Amino acid sequence: MHKRLLIVGAGTGGLMVANFVARDLYLEIERGDIDVTLLGEQDTYTYQPGFLYVAFDLMRPAQLMRPVRELLAPGVQFIHDRALRIDAGGHQVTRAQGEPLAYDVLVLATGSGLNLEEVPGMGEGAHWFYTLDGALRLRDALRHWQGGRLVLTVGVPHKCPVAPLEFTMMFEEWTRRRGVRNKTEIVYSYPLGRAHSIESVADWAASELEARDVKIETFFNLESVDPEHRVAHALEGTDLSYDLLVAVPAHKGDDLGASSQLAEAGNWYPTDRQSLRLHSQEDIFVLGDATNLPISKAGSVAHFQAEVLADNLVGLLTEGSPPFNHYNGRAFCFIETGLERATFIAFDYDHPPTVPEPTNAVHWFKQTYNRIHWANLKAVM
Amino acid sequence: MSDESEIRIDARGSFCPGPMMELIRAIKGAKVGQVVVVLSKDSGSKKDIPMWAQKAGHEFLGAAERDDYAEISVRKSH
Repeated sequence: MHKRLLIVGAGTGGLMVANFVARDLYLEIERGDIDVTLLGEQDTYTYQPGFLYVAFDLMRPAQLMRPVRELLAPGVQFIHDRALRIDAGGHQVTRAQGEPLAYDVLVLATGSGLNLEEVPGMGEGAHWFYTLDGALRLRDALRHWQGGRLVLTVGVPHKCPVAPLEFTMMFEEWTRRRGVRNKTEIVYSYPLGRAHSIESVADWAASELEARDVKIETFFNLESVDPEHRVAHALEGTDLSYDLLVAVPAHKGDDLGASSQLAEAGNWYPTDRQSLRLHSQEDIFVLGDATNLPISKAGSVAHFQAEVLADNLVGLLTEGSPPFNHYNGRAFCFIETGLERATFIAFDYDHPPTVPEPTNAVHWFKQTYNRIHWANLKAVM
Repeated sequence: MSDESEIRIDARGSFCPGPMMELIRAIKGAKVGQVVVVLSKDSGSKKDIPMWAQKAGHEFLGAAERDDYAEISVRKSH
């Protein structure tokens, strides 16, 4: 019986699911029993964790990008087009440039993007490293940095939860190497009453930042930016003046969820935390940033979810079996603690992380991963 | 005028971003008058959430103890 798996989104989660499934079901695909189709608005994949390094002139943009077609396992059909609407009842997805795509099973891996409109003045007054353009603009600002006050703010929600700490610690060491640390004041602000959402990370970070003479401003939710006077305003009433404002903007889900009336506020899909099924839909699954799950929006999460989901999809497509493999909330995040050392945190729904002592070895492990992520995407590693 | 439907977030087992971040996220997307209820096993939530609600000008409605978690409610005021 012919089965059609359609995956929307050719980012980390979408590519990994497509490739894991295609490698397992290669014979079935060859026989024509199963179709694996990947629909992506972009035909170039960009390794987003690399933006942080671009900002500090540690990686070049070309190192972060590969054509999607070079990252596909045999048997995956890629369609370069934008999804417009999911017709869940009709089991099809309409798209911008072609006929609707019918499916038996649908996977949504549409990711998340910046919600710049939420904070008036952010576009004019702030820098960020969450897009390539933003990272290049920040890189230019850093190349001209001779001293002053750098303020970092964090929006809710955002992807890569440790990146604010990474940027701050990398910047601090970077100013020392450039001989401008004594002319630089660094203010790290955070929306909660501590330095990070994870308690063990917050305790560790507070100690690290204090040792580096970085000021911590807690309960700071950025509400607006005054680019003319260079002031960041928090909804809690605090103001922070800046010479350079680096914002981690709040994120939102892709518009597809809203146009399909399947997503909730913020365009996040309501998702079962273990099976990754879209609520109230038997044949639609969600992974990566696009879910509403109270877990990190991070590449590692998409990866671990993709492994679980691929196993379940193979069973569903070949035997009609319900999901038997459960996602346990697993996440893994490297934390650069400067320009030469790094640590990591690993956790799941039942086990909070602890923070090991940073080492040179973990930093180089991260540098290596930055350059071999492609093997991970192709489901080879 | 208040919206009767409440937003419930099960943040048990959420270490990152955690119950407090989930509350902020939900409050931002909620209608004025809507209630956000966060289920949390994090002991700090019962202290941090009312503190943040006061700073941000929202109405803290209370924290109800359940078996091994708390249900913490905040109404969006503006």
